[in-house]
Amino acid sequence: MQPRGRKQVTIVGGIAALAVAVSLSACSSSPSHPSGASSPSAAALSGTLNGSGSTFQTTFQQAAISQFKTVQPGMTVNYGGGGSGKGRSDLASGVVNFAGSDSPIPSTDASLFAGKTILYFPVVIGPITMSYNLQGVSNLKLDPTVIANIFQGNITSWNNPAITALNPGVSLPSTPITLAVRSDSSGTTANFSLFLQTAEPSAWKLGSSSTISWPHSARAAQGNSGVAQVIKSTPGAIGYVDYADAKASGLTYASVKNSSGNFIAPSTAGASASAAGVTVNPDLTFHAVWGSGAQAYPITYQSWVLVNATQPSANDAKMLQAYIGYLLGDGQKLLPSLNYAALPASIDQMAKAQLSKIKG
Amino acid sequence: MGRSQRADPAGLAGSARALTQQRPLGDRIFQALALAAGLLVLAILVLIAVATTSQSTSWFSHEGITGIFTTTWDPAHNKFGVLTFLYGTVVTAVIAVILSVPVSVAIALLLTEVLSYRWARPIVYVIDLLAVVPSVVWGLWGLIVFAPWAQRTIYAPVAGAVKGVPILGNLFGPGTGGVVSGPSFFTAGVILAFMITPIVTSLSREVIATVPVIDREGAYALGATRWEMIRGVVFPHSQGGIVGAVLLGLGRAMGETIAAALVIGSIPAITSHLFSTGYNMPAVIVNQFGESSGVFRSALLGIGVLLFVLTIIVNLIARGIVARSMARQRGA
Repeated sequence: MQPRGRKQVTIVGGIAALAVAVSLSACSSSPSHPSGASSPSAAALSGTLNGSGSTFQTTFQQAAISQFKTVQPGMTVNYGGGGSGKGRSDLASGVVNFAGSDSPIPSTDASLFAGKTILYFPVVIGPITMSYNLQGVSNLKLDPTVIANIFQGNITSWNNPAITALNPGVSLPSTPITLAVRSDSSGTTANFSLFLQTAEPSAWKLGSSSTISWPHSARAAQGNSGVAQVIKSTPGAIGYVDYADAKASGLTYASVKNSSGNFIAPSTAGASASAAGVTVNPDLTFHAVWGSGAQAYPITYQSWVLVNATQPSANDAKMLQAYIGYLLGDGQKLLPSLNYAALPASIDQMAKAQLSKIKG
Repeated sequence: MGRSQRADPAGLAGSARALTQQRPLGDRIFQALALAAGLLVLAILVLIAVATTSQSTSWFSHEGITGIFTTTWDPAHNKFGVLTFLYGTVVTAVIAVILSVPVSVAIALLLTEVLSYRWARPIVYVIDLLAVVPSVVWGLWGLIVFAPWAQRTIYAPVAGAVKGVPILGNLFGPGTGGVVSGPSFFTAGVILAFMITPIVTSLSREVIATVPVIDREGAYALGATRWEMIRGVVFPHSQGGIVGAVLLGLGRAMGETIAAALVIGSIPAITSHLFSTGYNMPAVIVNQFGESSGVFRSALLGIGVLLFVLTIIVNLIARGIVARSMARQRGA
């Protein structure tokens, strides 16, 4: 199904594309106008774009794709999940036009992209909650040290002095702690472990990766919703769950101490604040965890759309500019209702300015 | 597959050539097509083996043979040892076979020896229907319905009862930290047992059906009861075939992926406690492939290669045993 789409792309004529080129270059030269910048106005494009990768992006991509239909009725955009690793290898082998990825291309995969320039477009950020199941405890506070010790199996019961010290006045039971983790490799795991490695480099020994060698007593489940299910059904459980799924499952989540020393509950605003407080590299890679800022929620996670800077045809380039431009423009307005966080304005503008680097 | 290839193209062609020197065009085209179809299967198998092996070379060179056969699977620290998964694969497959074989053989005997054809036929249909239930349905049923139920009503009481008892306690007692888990080696074994029962049943039934009527009648004529006839005539005659059927079931159980991934618990561990969470080879591939890269990805493909080799070995042994017992029966 995907290869067929690519054929259609090359067949499409160029007049419409030319018109869009004009309107888009006008847009990218005026970054001071964030929300309107993405509408490629009257010029209609037609063809198909295929993407795959990050499952974290799937809900956003699906919502954006259906809204994008009203902007560009002639274009068909498909997004299949499959995981960031799949997205990147699909992009490397030319199966898709764009990939969704929760982490930059790892050095071990650099050889796949030898000779190609890959552009990173951050499109979405979101908090990862520390969701837990403790009867009668609704405002738990945790800091990175305690979280690291819980997830390494050093703290095994809820009334451990390290936890009670952070929660004065809260009566914590002696219930044993059950860890709920992901059984599938996941960008959520990668970014959660990256948070612990960044915030607590000395205490955290398990490293950062899409798969972590958890303590044997952990309960593993498939996907964010699977972990949420384990937490919900297991008294004393704690796990890392993407904000959208934690809310959808009605879980209770902890406030986490940020780099300024404040305990912040997960929220879309807190995630945006964390991303606004991190250093962004020139290629627009960055890690949104542990951002500075008094209101920053520290376990924040980002995801990019990856494309080749050089496209096989001018129309492919125009379509990608139109779609990614939409994700960075009006698409951002869809995010809060999906319980994802919008990009901070600074990063959004840098991403929009990069659109013109996609060349046909 | 090996047997059928040996049987058709060469044999037919040989006999045809002996009859007429120059065969009609249609016949030769048919022969070429059939041969091509046969070779295609072989070519696909070889290509898969070559491609996955070449993709997994960086794992083999990264870990070396000693590194591969270790118990540490830690992608965050670039350690990719396969032993925990190998252990899980063997344990779950063995549980599945132990649970499934008595039931399968009993059903096969019921269908061939006890019931008349009229009553046996609907049961055969139902069992064949069991074989077409998609593995993801088995897995979801296992995860959502069977595992929580078994944990409450079987695992927890059993674990409590045998705790501290020497061998039983090691097998069925509570695992690390006193945990008795719903998704576990045992749950995976049970689900796999359900999945291999149809194939073991139908193969056993076919083997048992080949027992010559004259032998049975002979046993009855000597005054044997039905059970004595089964023990004295049916079992000795169909032993090899049943063993082959069991090994085919074992091969299927080792390779089964989605169902196992859903119910095994997905925490790598080598433990004798069957009610604790584990991991097996197909499950780790399907779970971790999506976000893998570099040596990690290569290691997952390498596990696929090992699994491929393992199932081929088991299948070849099974085919060999079945073929030999068939030949002996024809001779008898």
